[in-house]
Amino acid sequence: MYDLIFFLVLLLLGYVFGQHAEKKHFRSIIEREKQLRGILTFSERRIPDEANLQGTLVSGSVVISVDFFKNFVAGLRNLVGGRVSAYESLLERARREAVLRMKEKAQDFGAASVWNVRLETASIGKGRQQGGVGSVEVVAYGTAVKPR
Amino acid sequence: MIVTNIETVPGKAIVKHLGLVSGNTVRSKHAGRDLMAGLKNIFGGELKGYTELLTESRDEAVARMIDQARAVGANAVVNVRFSTSSVAAGAAELFAYGTAVVTE
Repeated sequence: MYDLIFFLVLLLLGYVFGQHAEKKHFRSIIEREKQLRGILTFSERRIPDEANLQGTLVSGSVVISVDFFKNFVAGLRNLVGGRVSAYESLLERARREAVLRMKEKAQDFGAASVWNVRLETASIGKGRQQGGVGSVEVVAYGTAVKPR
Repeated sequence: MIVTNIETVPGKAIVKHLGLVSGNTVRSKHAGRDLMAGLKNIFGGELKGYTELLTESRDEAVARMIDQARAVGANAVVNVRFSTSSVAAGAAELFAYGTAVVTE
């Protein structure tokens, strides 16, 4: 009985704090994306007119954890299959955050564009249940260039 | 030492290729961070400790790659790639590799 209550409390905490954290994070992402709109990112490898430029490697990474509620919902979804929207938003947040951090590094360097941007995702640690996503790390990296 | 992840060094011509150089590091998280991560698994959100740890480790891997490049006489590393793999429970390997080159 106490186990059930404990579980429900965790679920509620996860839902309340998780939703709040996610909304706050999305607001902050949108805000910072507006500020860094001036820095262009390309997945193109060839830089046009690169003779007059200088470049360096920039990267940004973030580790984001899923909350208890989402973990539970995703577990249920595993039974019937289909889209796991709980994890979709987790990964979207992580990717956008990683790209933003990379752009911040590029801004520090004084660059106006980042080329050959690559995104890599790694799952860090197993969640509460074995085989759960738990937390993900996303790293974004690319070559920032500025006029020499 | 210039590091890029494209095939060329912007603004400089490559005069010599010196082959692949790499750097790696295996890190494990400490118990305190693990405990915090456990809590975060309930509330969700960013695991700042882990982000720092992985950023540090990746910088370390890049630094080792640069050391290796310097040892073979290169002054730039192009086409750098990162890769992460978990070797054992609680430990991750961060790996960086690229092509050492000499620019004019």
